Amino acid sequence: MTTTDLAAPAGNGFTGVWRRLRNFDLGDSVAYSITLLAGTGIFILVGVLLVELWLNSRLARHEFGWKFLFTSIWDPIAQHFGALPFLYGTLVTSLLALIIAIPLGLGTAIFLVELVPAWLSDWLAFIIDLLAAVPSVVYGLLGIFVLVPIIRSGVEPFLQSTLGSLPLFQGPAYGFGFLAAGVVLGIMVVPFIVSVSREVLLAVPQEQREAALSLGATQWEAASQVVVPYARSGIFGSIFLALARALGETMAVTMVIGNDPSIHTSLFASGYSIAAVIANEFAEATSTLYIHVLIELGLILFGLTFILNALARLLILATVRRGTVRP
Amino acid sequence: MTRRSVTNVVMLTLTGACALLTVSVMFYILGYLAWHGASALSWNFFTKLPAPVNVPGGGMANAIVGSAKLLLLACCIGVPVGILAGIYLSEFAGHTIASVLRFTVDLLNGVPSIVIGIFAYTVIVLPMHTFSTLAGGFALGIMMIPISVRSTEEYLRAVPSSLREASLALGAARWATITRVVVPAAFRGILTGVMLALARVAGETAPLIFTAFGNNSWSHGWSQPTASLPFMIYTYAVSPYDDWHRQAWAAGLVLVTLVLLVNIVTRLALARKMPLSR
Repeated sequence: MTTTDLAAPAGNGFTGVWRRLRNFDLGDSVAYSITLLAGTGIFILVGVLLVELWLNSRLARHEFGWKFLFTSIWDPIAQHFGALPFLYGTLVTSLLALIIAIPLGLGTAIFLVELVPAWLSDWLAFIIDLLAAVPSVVYGLLGIFVLVPIIRSGVEPFLQSTLGSLPLFQGPAYGFGFLAAGVVLGIMVVPFIVSVSREVLLAVPQEQREAALSLGATQWEAASQVVVPYARSGIFGSIFLALARALGETMAVTMVIGNDPSIHTSLFASGYSIAAVIANEFAEATSTLYIHVLIELGLILFGLTFILNALARLLILATVRRGTVRP
Repeated sequence: MTRRSVTNVVMLTLTGACALLTVSVMFYILGYLAWHGASALSWNFFTKLPAPVNVPGGGMANAIVGSAKLLLLACCIGVPVGILAGIYLSEFAGHTIASVLRFTVDLLNGVPSIVIGIFAYTVIVLPMHTFSTLAGGFALGIMMIPISVRSTEEYLRAVPSSLREASLALGAARWATITRVVVPAAFRGILTGVMLALARVAGETAPLIFTAFGNNSWSHGWSQPTASLPFMIYTYAVSPYDDWHRQAWAAGLVLVTLVLLVNIVTRLALARKMPLSR
């Protein structure tokens, strides 16, 4: 029996309310009502949030419809708006972030779970968790003054001289652009991948490892062919979680992406992201339509992160449950 | 050595390298901030208003006070709602309602901070026709709710049910049991949850851009635009002036020190064995 069963009110719904009234235990009713009010408040809050986003983007939705998503013109003066450059920028930077963060995060998690003693693993995980606590504006600050110069004078010339034939790595090296934004985002989401992956890897039953090792597998083979596949849906969950963070991340991206609403194939070029355009242009938006367009972008962002978060939670839940219930 | 054992050594070394790289990023960030920030940090930083470009001796006193006011307001909104809803989840809610509410809280937790900013803008800035501390604090307060709810619930659940039963058996009403027995037993956990929530919103910039906006001077009362440390870092970092960049480093050092200190202290306090609640 869990604590909730004990503490749950006697009966739900109408009978519960009736019993409370009949017994006239005023203190309990007040306590119940106040806490219920807070709980209901959260429902209402989320509801109002959605309604506000929906209502305050109506002009944009009526004016442009679905075409908004596929138009790449962004001309606030002529009142022509299309979301494509921002969708593209958000997508490219988030994918870049994942390309960096998945191997780094997964490698770290495997190391923490499989190779080091528990106390050291806890300490390292603690330090990595602190990375997630660093405010994003500080990542942006470091991005501008540390990362961008490195990318401009080191990474981009190197990529150009080695892989310059690919359209991805062409054009002048400004430093600011998709590449810088992707790298900053990648560093920012690593802690999410590490902490969740570590948790699901820890939940893999010890017998799985022992079985693999007893069959003669090396430690790496046990980890990569048994443990990781066993926890794969949880690891995918951590990746979705990281992707959701990357999509919604605002400040660090705004500070290093270059803020240019156009689509370029080259990762060296400046771009824009959904969150960055809202952050940059909202306070200066002059017409109501302009504001509504930006709020519609916010609504799109909300929808994307909602889907990813929901998927991530389902996957993580599924893995942790499967791991802890020993067959 | 066989090929398999070579692969083994190489791959395991690589995972170690990943861990080393990730952990060293943290120290690199701290070192860089300390190096650049400390040299720009002075008494003036904490006591003076921002100075115009090329005038030495400016500070961020108004941003520090502004951040404090925003966080106070955020606590006034986020903490009561968060803790009460957490108590509801742990002590009262039926199974179905609890899981729906938990899902909603997770949903709110996943909403990008910039979208919360838009929300505060449409509900408070638009009707008031001005950027204000109130709007900024409201946005930050909403962001505190999910973390407070989940940590409160978690620590209340960790309170052994024998404590509740003992209290009820002595004839205490449920509300008395909750306020005198259950919540005090989990108090430390709840407090750390609130502190972590506070640390998280303390560094938020995105929801403040079009709610609290910024201010080069003092902000009086609650209905004027106000400066805040994260927003100052942003505006100073993207400005073209070296002087302002140095100030941004100093502000970054102060902000990160505060945020990490709260994180480290609360997490270490949690890691120690808690009487009663663990």
